[in-house]
Amino acid sequence: MNLDYSQFLVMREELSLLAVILILFVADLLFCPDKKSGKGIYNSPLPVILLSVMTLCNLIPCCGATDAEAFGGMYQYTPMMTIVKSVLNVGTLIVFLMANKWLSRPENLVKQGEFYMVTLFTLLGMYLMISSGHFLMFFIGLELASIPMCALVAFDKYRYESAEAAAKYILLALFSSALLLYGLSFIYGASGTLYFKDMFSQLPGDSLLTLVGMVLFISGMGFKISLVPFHLWTADTYEGAPTVVTAYLSVISKGAAAFVMLIVLGKVFDTAALVNEWRILLFWIIVASITLANLFAIRQTNLKRFMAFSAISQAGYLVLAIMPASAQGMTSLVYYLLVYLVANFGVFAVINVVEQNSGKLGISDYNGLYETNPKLAFLMTLSLFSLAGIPPFAGFFSKFFVFMAAFQEAKLLVFIALVNTIVSLYYYLLIVKAMYISKNDTPIASFRSDNYSRAALLLCTAGVVLLGIVGSVYTYIDGFSYIPSL
Amino acid sequence: MNFLSIFVIIPLVMLLALWLVKGQNGIRAVMTVGSTALLGMSIYLTVQFLLDRAAGADAEMLYTASFVWFEPLHIYYSVGVDGISVAMLLLSGIIVFTGTFVSWDMCKEYFLWFTLLSLGVFGFFISIDMFAMFMFYEVALIPMYLLIGVWGTGKKEYSAMKLTLMLMGGSAFLMCGIFGIFFGAGGQTMNITEIAHQINGAHAIDLGQQYIWFPMTFIGFGVLGALFPFHTWSPDGHASAPTAVSMLHAGVLMKLGGYGCFRIAMYLMPQAANDLAWIFLILTGISVVYGAFSACVQTDMKYINAYSSVSHCGLVLFALLMLNQTAATGAVIQMLSHGLMTALFFALIGMIYGRTHTRDIRELNGLMRIMPFLAVCYVIAGLGNLGLPGLSGFVAEMTIFVGSFQHADTFHRFLTILACSSIVTTAVYILRMVGKILFGTCTDEHHLQLTDAKPIERFPVIVLICCIAAIGLAPFFVSNLVTGGVTPIVQHILAVAG
Repeated sequence: MNLDYSQFLVMREELSLLAVILILFVADLLFCPDKKSGKGIYNSPLPVILLSVMTLCNLIPCCGATDAEAFGGMYQYTPMMTIVKSVLNVGTLIVFLMANKWLSRPENLVKQGEFYMVTLFTLLGMYLMISSGHFLMFFIGLELASIPMCALVAFDKYRYESAEAAAKYILLALFSSALLLYGLSFIYGASGTLYFKDMFSQLPGDSLLTLVGMVLFISGMGFKISLVPFHLWTADTYEGAPTVVTAYLSVISKGAAAFVMLIVLGKVFDTAALVNEWRILLFWIIVASITLANLFAIRQTNLKRFMAFSAISQAGYLVLAIMPASAQGMTSLVYYLLVYLVANFGVFAVINVVEQNSGKLGISDYNGLYETNPKLAFLMTLSLFSLAGIPPFAGFFSKFFVFMAAFQEAKLLVFIALVNTIVSLYYYLLIVKAMYISKNDTPIASFRSDNYSRAALLLCTAGVVLLGIVGSVYTYIDGFSYIPSL
Repeated sequence: MNFLSIFVIIPLVMLLALWLVKGQNGIRAVMTVGSTALLGMSIYLTVQFLLDRAAGADAEMLYTASFVWFEPLHIYYSVGVDGISVAMLLLSGIIVFTGTFVSWDMCKEYFLWFTLLSLGVFGFFISIDMFAMFMFYEVALIPMYLLIGVWGTGKKEYSAMKLTLMLMGGSAFLMCGIFGIFFGAGGQTMNITEIAHQINGAHAIDLGQQYIWFPMTFIGFGVLGALFPFHTWSPDGHASAPTAVSMLHAGVLMKLGGYGCFRIAMYLMPQAANDLAWIFLILTGISVVYGAFSACVQTDMKYINAYSSVSHCGLVLFALLMLNQTAATGAVIQMLSHGLMTALFFALIGMIYGRTHTRDIRELNGLMRIMPFLAVCYVIAGLGNLGLPGLSGFVAEMTIFVGSFQHADTFHRFLTILACSSIVTTAVYILRMVGKILFGTCTDEHHLQLTDAKPIERFPVIVLICCIAAIGLAPFFVSNLVTGGVTPIVQHILAVAG
């Protein structure tokens, strides 16, 4: 049997990303640190440029692409996946822009090549995870996405918190992977296959094996998306990791995992009985995630920790879009992800730039930020309003659409989520209050941000302001969405 | 582009211009030009609307237009106006115009949020699509937080947070209600008129669902309309807000509540409105009486006026729930009249406070001799508030009580009589306050040095007084405008509810 090499064309996104990684690898050798002193010499814009070019190239053929599969169904492609991958690309691009200033520090300059490559490797893992048609492929993608992540979390290796965060992350990541794998073995035992497309017909809906497998699968994914009760690593890891890595963790890996969860739950566990089961499970997970995270967020004093709890509660809303398992749900999930991405990165870009310039991270340090850095405070306010779901910023639209998609299937849940938006509004307003209203004797000094951070902020703000008002974004995404079941 | 959209475009342009201009004079120029344009537009709209109606344009909504926004979700940006919205737009135009002059010395950021607030208000009144309406509604709410929190007085942080959270809590209910209506009516359109006319056809929202979504929607809007027991944000919020924000808030924003209750909750779910009206009648009855009595025991001028607003806005919802044409017409006139009077009140209180630095009526005496212009205007505002014939309050309350009394049953009659008693209570607190602060001899030596209003302050006050007197002296002009808008809705509710 000959291998049909044209199959590789189907996975052009993965291949082009791999190409980018290899180019960066070679480039890093060439622009490598000065051999004598061992210090880095050049902070290059190359990764940013390559990634932007790749994102654009991926999006262009997307209009004509059709569903495809390769390698006997191991790899599956739908045009929607290009959209999701491009969203992740844009996010990674913003992270790279934010990271520039941090990587220019003397201790990091020498490791900048590693940062870009490791980040892109996790991205590659997510790509594979999204496009997998087989549980093994899925698992490989998942691991590729989480193990290099640990290296990223530990990137500030001389900082005690960073190492601690990485240790917590890797231990819990491995534990959850083991759970997931254990679950997969149950599912394999029940159905005799690991291909998504065969599993639906062969999976006995009423067997305990299937049920246990599904619960373990959801727990494993719950860890990746950091849903309550699998969230315990989140706050410490987010606080300890370098700020740009926290940003990356809080959106990109979450988004990819949520999309995959929608695909797998909709495709594999699709019999009426099972759908009912996972809806009940998700109901409680979402209620717990949103409510507990909101309550914890109120008490935080460190901004990164605060954003960790905010991210847990936002993940609850993201998973809410999985509930209906419909095409509309898929559109609203991807749209929510995109909007959440720009808003969250808007906040993180400000946190990062403030941290790089003043080293301050406490919420009370932000008191009076408006007096000294009005522009940053204003941009952060816009992003926070978007996170809280206040029009005319994009967050309002994305929340509204998620609720709308889920309303028919889960009225009570939508109501609980809506009540929770009030709590979340309260704590986001606490930050706004700190910046605008509270007085401070030693405010953060006025400074000029670097151009890379400015570009990141510009992208995020443009997204926050335009993504909602311009209705065609949602309509465009909707054109690619489909009902995940076979 | 439809010409109603200009109401949204002007504030947008103002926002952009404010962002670009430098210096206090530039800001003032932008605000003056912009708010004058808005006022001009709303007057032009009123005249044009009346002319078109007289010429026989009898569609329920005039100047309608619809633009696709989120097509897969059946969400359109649809605009259109009837008599009620025209009246409300006119009110908003006047309040924004006068509010600009009252906050003459404020800084750029203040005006940015102020303009965003106006954008939301105007957008809300021109929209006939539930999504667009809800969006503008929330756009109008959030600037309040910063306006009160940053530029307010007193315990401003507490008030700002309380107000924002309570109103956003209301909008959580409201969003559920909107989903309920949308899916209950078949999930095909968010357009209010379309849903209303579907009700007898294939897409009737069934009664069981109406019983769930009507209270949710009504409470959602009712929070903003100061419905008891959800009114507690209002006194604190008004008392802490800067002058022009109090004006805009009590004058226009609270009307969003009444307007929404009528236009969305009652219009789209007539059966439930008819069946459940008694619950809300009791609650609004409490608002009316309790608000008035609370005002009697306050010592802060702003608190007195804020509780008086609770009472008067309660009367708006009360009259709407009476479900008859006269009362509903009265309700809309009351919205107009209360909006103007309360704006006048807050403007005057702001000016007095700016001079005396206290709003406590126990510390103020004999202002009539010191600042005669402000004092006389204050008396006029007070008399308007307690319903003196010749001013707008009388017309509104008279119409409301005549309409309400048309119900022959004991329940409605009893409530009407109870609500009528609030007029007496109003007289008590208004006259007490006027007597206390304006007459007598001034005991505080510092106050003797104070000056009367400057021309730039007199201007908005005079404009407001003229409007109040105009409605009071020539009510038919307004009531014709309003009746035309109220009639189809009330008839629709009565026809469906049978």
